[in-house]
Amino acid sequence: MKLKLTTLALTAVMAAGPAMADLVFPWLSYRTGPYAAGGIPLADGYSDYFTLVNERDGGIGGLPARVLECETGYNTEKGVECYESTKGEGALVYQPLSTGITYQLIPKVTADNIPMHTMGYGRTSAKNGKVFSHVFNYPVNYWDGASIAVNHVLDLNEGSLEGKKIVLLYHNSAYGKEPIRTLEELSKKHGFDLTALPVDHPGQEQKSQWLQIRRERPDYVFMWGWGVMNQVAIQEASNIRFPMENFIGVWWSGAEIDVLPAGEKANGYKSLALHDTGKGFPIYDDLQKYVVDAGKASGSGDQLGTVLYNRSLYLGFLAHMAALKAQEIHGVDEITPAMMRDGMESLEITEEMMQKAGLPNFGPEFSVNCENHGGPGLGMVQQWDANAKSWSLITDPIASDKDVVNPLILADSGAFAAENKIAERCN
Amino acid sequence: MSEQWIFALEVTLNGLMAGVLYALVALGFVLIYKASGIFNYAQGVMALFAAMTLVGIMQGQVPFSHVINALFGTHVTHFGWSVHGFLAILLTVVVMIGLAWLVQVLVMRHLVGQEPIILFMATIGLAYFLEGVADLMWGSEIKTLDVGLPQGINLWIDETTLNWFGYGFFIDNLDIVATCIAALLVGGLVLFAQYTKQGRAMRAVADDHQAALSVGISLNFIWVLVWSVAGFVALVAGIVWGTKSGVQFSLSLIALKALPVLMLGGFTSIPGAIVGGLIIGVGEKLFEFAIGPLVGGATENWFAYVLALLFLVFRPQGLFGEKIIERV
Repeated sequence: MKLKLTTLALTAVMAAGPAMADLVFPWLSYRTGPYAAGGIPLADGYSDYFTLVNERDGGIGGLPARVLECETGYNTEKGVECYESTKGEGALVYQPLSTGITYQLIPKVTADNIPMHTMGYGRTSAKNGKVFSHVFNYPVNYWDGASIAVNHVLDLNEGSLEGKKIVLLYHNSAYGKEPIRTLEELSKKHGFDLTALPVDHPGQEQKSQWLQIRRERPDYVFMWGWGVMNQVAIQEASNIRFPMENFIGVWWSGAEIDVLPAGEKANGYKSLALHDTGKGFPIYDDLQKYVVDAGKASGSGDQLGTVLYNRSLYLGFLAHMAALKAQEIHGVDEITPAMMRDGMESLEITEEMMQKAGLPNFGPEFSVNCENHGGPGLGMVQQWDANAKSWSLITDPIASDKDVVNPLILADSGAFAAENKIAERCN
Repeated sequence: MSEQWIFALEVTLNGLMAGVLYALVALGFVLIYKASGIFNYAQGVMALFAAMTLVGIMQGQVPFSHVINALFGTHVTHFGWSVHGFLAILLTVVVMIGLAWLVQVLVMRHLVGQEPIILFMATIGLAYFLEGVADLMWGSEIKTLDVGLPQGINLWIDETTLNWFGYGFFIDNLDIVATCIAALLVGGLVLFAQYTKQGRAMRAVADDHQAALSVGISLNFIWVLVWSVAGFVALVAGIVWGTKSGVQFSLSLIALKALPVLMLGGFTSIPGAIVGGLIIGVGEKLFEFAIGPLVGGATENWFAYVLALLFLVFRPQGLFGEKIIERV
């Protein structure tokens, strides 16, 4: 009788519990609100990547991956609420997709022992793994981006920017202000004149800024914009007949949605790029077969091949590789967030891995270690062809100026460590 | 004339043009407030909804296609035709009239006699509901709107000012067109209010609901009419702003630019919306030009409200608002 009862109880427990553990990848999405046009392809790409991994590969190490979406509307308070409400579900790695949310989550993820990946955004000095144990921003960050943009224009000017004028047009937020310090240092080093012009959220009205740009006639305009600010800026630049090839946005100002509203006038506009563009990669054959044709695409499946969709495919790929690394390090399939952190800290991305994933030459090869959570700081430049309605990479990977960027990272992370009484690790 | 004065003149002209764009949005608020005492929080979203509907019709987009596809497993997105801009505008006006009728029948009619704050809250609900419906109906992606409005620098002004001052002024063709549209719109509204039976009835309701009812004016009809006219104004604002930036969610936030205009010009005056818009436009642009560089820039958003508050201190009803006299 006792045995029967025990068997019954066990059966009931097993029936009520999940059939198989899954690996949870939270995604703090913004499919609504003023930045939805960028948030939708980002969310679709991440979700579709893991759907593909589940359908084609049977999951990660045999365990299904589950993308846990929580809508933030790009609002910092909602982002923190999302974090609190999802962290208990075994969240392996957070992708906050907002610099504001990132800043709020840094102490939380550290205390909760959950890693966070902020590729190409967030707190730049998180590159210093000695201070930021749970935050990763590989393979490139904002300060690298500022330096890469300067290096690109240095290449165009035979290595000298002496006497040149550069305007930084930036979103008046934590995100937009990130490159200012680096550009100030670079302006001292290379002798160019820097003017920083803020644009208030959301950026629908920029007449004052573009009148000033027209008066000052800078040689180049760099842009750290997001959302409607990008579209309006590109339109205004074309209105004042600013040469588009001298207008360079960060990677968050270089999607199709940013240039299409300006039509042909956006032709020649440039932006930095974290990865390659378009649908010309084998992974898209698999996505079509296992995800789109199978009716399992996130959203309407109309975002495939866009810059932002590719970005989150890349994010999915990097999270996938880190999870595999964590499984390898710890010898278990069912990894915890702490194990995932170890996987991220030992991550090595090779061309062979990218080819295997159907993403040949998609991004740079790089490795992460305890001291360096930010990777190599490599980025490319892409240019918009308005006739073909497509982006093309026009440079090889460009390295940032580590002599300028690294001391800034050490200074900022050192100040954060002192303020928060954090003992340095990796000794 | 010194270089700085020339630049200031250019900024002033651009401020006037920007002010007209703000006034276009503010007009919709004024119309509804004047006729019904409702501060319509949804006016910005109405501009977004109207512009999205216009683009959707022009491009032959199937409304609610995401919902249809999800429910029936279909893959429909477009009808396969496109509609001429002018016809699409007419059809959008019909949609906005339908929306006005629905708002009246489903929401406002049930709230007659309620406190203004209740009506205001209802419009907040309406704003969020409309935002969601617009997304469901037409999708969240950024849409390009091209109804043939010219954009870019006006070369004649550029050349003329270059000859006069040695510096060519930048004035956007779209801003010039928007100014003409705003003038036509205001003129049309004034003629409508003064010389048509419905317009006079609208003014009667605006003056005194009870008295208007006592002479046989249908409050329901007038409110549908007012919301329809406000919907048309929202469409015009949506076209102009949507041409500038593409049609996207942020269009609904242009209402934020109209608030200081209303505070300054008064909630009940059409000329007030225009004059308020011009003062705010010029004020914020000149402040940004003169003081912005000294304080790090990005002063326009907050300075517009400071300017409006300054006016409020001395004239609480706004420049052209009706003076509120309550006798006890």
